[in-house]
Amino acid sequence: MAEIKPEKFEKVLTKYVDQEGSASLDFYRGHGGYEAAERVLKELKPDEVIETVKESSLRGRGGAGFPCGLKWSFVPKDTDKPKYLVVNADESEPGTFKDRVIMERDPHQLIEGSLISAYALDSHICYIYIRGEYYDGFLAMQKAIDEAYEAGILGENVLGTGFRLDMTMHRGAGAYICGEETGLLSSLEGKRGLPKIKPPFPAVEGLFRCPTVVNNVETLSCVTHIFDRGVDWFKSIGPPEGPGPKLLCVSGHVERPGTYEVPMGINLLDLVNNHAGGIWKGNKLKGIIPGGSSAKILTAEECDVGMDYESLAAKDTMLGSGGVIVMDDTTDMVDALYNILRFYAHESCGQCTPCREGTGWLQKICGRILHGDGRPEDPDMMLDLSKKMCGRTICVLADAAAFPCESIVSKFRAEFDEKIEAGDGHERTVHLGGPLVQPGALSAHNQERLDELQGGH
Amino acid sequence: MSDAPAVKKKFSNKGLEFIEWLLGRYPNKQAALLPVLRLAEEEFGNIDNDSVMLAAETLELSPGYVWGVLTFYTHYRREGDGKYLLQVCSTLPCALRGCRDIQHRLEEKLGIEAGETTEDGLFTLKKVECLGSCDTAPVVQVNEKYHENLDIEELDRLLETLRG
Repeated sequence: MAEIKPEKFEKVLTKYVDQEGSASLDFYRGHGGYEAAERVLKELKPDEVIETVKESSLRGRGGAGFPCGLKWSFVPKDTDKPKYLVVNADESEPGTFKDRVIMERDPHQLIEGSLISAYALDSHICYIYIRGEYYDGFLAMQKAIDEAYEAGILGENVLGTGFRLDMTMHRGAGAYICGEETGLLSSLEGKRGLPKIKPPFPAVEGLFRCPTVVNNVETLSCVTHIFDRGVDWFKSIGPPEGPGPKLLCVSGHVERPGTYEVPMGINLLDLVNNHAGGIWKGNKLKGIIPGGSSAKILTAEECDVGMDYESLAAKDTMLGSGGVIVMDDTTDMVDALYNILRFYAHESCGQCTPCREGTGWLQKICGRILHGDGRPEDPDMMLDLSKKMCGRTICVLADAAAFPCESIVSKFRAEFDEKIEAGDGHERTVHLGGPLVQPGALSAHNQERLDELQGGH
Repeated sequence: MSDAPAVKKKFSNKGLEFIEWLLGRYPNKQAALLPVLRLAEEEFGNIDNDSVMLAAETLELSPGYVWGVLTFYTHYRREGDGKYLLQVCSTLPCALRGCRDIQHRLEEKLGIEAGETTEDGLFTLKKVECLGSCDTAPVVQVNEKYHENLDIEELDRLLETLRG
């Protein structure tokens, strides 16, 4: 099979997003939309669809990079329970804004991909869980779903094939943890968005305790194009371990921040310098977080790397959600880390001690270094704490806080030490807790009542 | 035995129709809680104690349970929030592109700090985490609408427009 050279790369996920009316059904059908789904539903058996997706080596685009076809194959076939397809449109990893483009500008490709996937899974109910903040995306998706029902693409008799599929938009309400698949399912069930212990995995026991597949918006949109253009086309783009087109979100100190559709495996420096216009204001590059704020940072020297699952894993970081956060040489890394840690401390759901306490303490320690109150042992304490938080919790939010912390402290250690040394010999205040013996432990009101009570005897 | 506490608020007829549709989309009533809270927010402007009671009654849940769910989420408009909820994104990508200046300007212009509401009840200022619009940082979400690529001049104009 011929390798497609990057210069020959043709966008598919964002091909039409800049065109007027790109979100409408007429526009979509005018460009060959729903032809792939119709072919699949009429000509392929569900198992053949799963096999094709396995063969395509499509990996999840939400963060974990799990092989999509394999995930689908875990759903039991001999069950009387309903099976659910849930679209994860919670997009909440800092630095990530790609699914928003799909939902606002080309929502039908997501509906088509979900339709094909639901058919493969023998699922008749699909929920799209969209973060509460994405109001425009919610409206655009709801309009597209309404159009699809009207045109017989959703509902009792999908595209005249007798297959039934209902699709419902479900809005979240501002909680990062609901992007974690089991947290999302809790939220969809009308509960606090608390992640659940795995196993059982959602494929076996998920939403309403029934078999459930949760896939990201971009992943399901890729399914559309795999069946539209073929497995060989998909596999010809990028490395064989995880091929295909990829949406990368570039933010931070670049001239042209934005969502860029590129072949998987594009060189990070090429992405930043050529697509995103280079570092802003003519400044120098200091470091890049390549896969959303939970990915480990790369120093400027480490940024000559392919943006794909394996190449980034070889550099001890990850593709994650594809959120590329670029920092120039004016960036205060202690400040940047503090910002990241504040985020995770704020978003921890509080179920697991290592996460609830760990994220809070990392934020506090980093904060005191930032504000000139740091102690010489603090950087080592942060590294130790990070290490002890990893892999000890129900979900990976603890790891998501520990990875950037561990990597930024160890790769930019000098900045932390400098700040601690420059601390102006403040009294080393212990911010938490007060004096152990509190003479006025009772409020004035309670003291008076107590005195009254005692006076009465 | 006393009667169950009376719920003063009622959903509109259109709202009740929507709830009926909603209940057909899920296998149990509890799953409709987040959408029903949204409906309360839309119909009453915010979610107060009475809205919680109404949602609980509608979905046959206990008010305590509904409070527990409601307070887990940060994006619902709550009692006391101003007419305009200004949510300043403060996460790293926005911080790298000047969201602190935006927040300081808002605090200065409105005379309140993040988390507070102006005395005239017009504005509530909130510092929030990633709004998923990092390519157009800095960003402020005003009620449902994103205002992107803000600078101080743009922000001042926005406030003028909102003040009417």
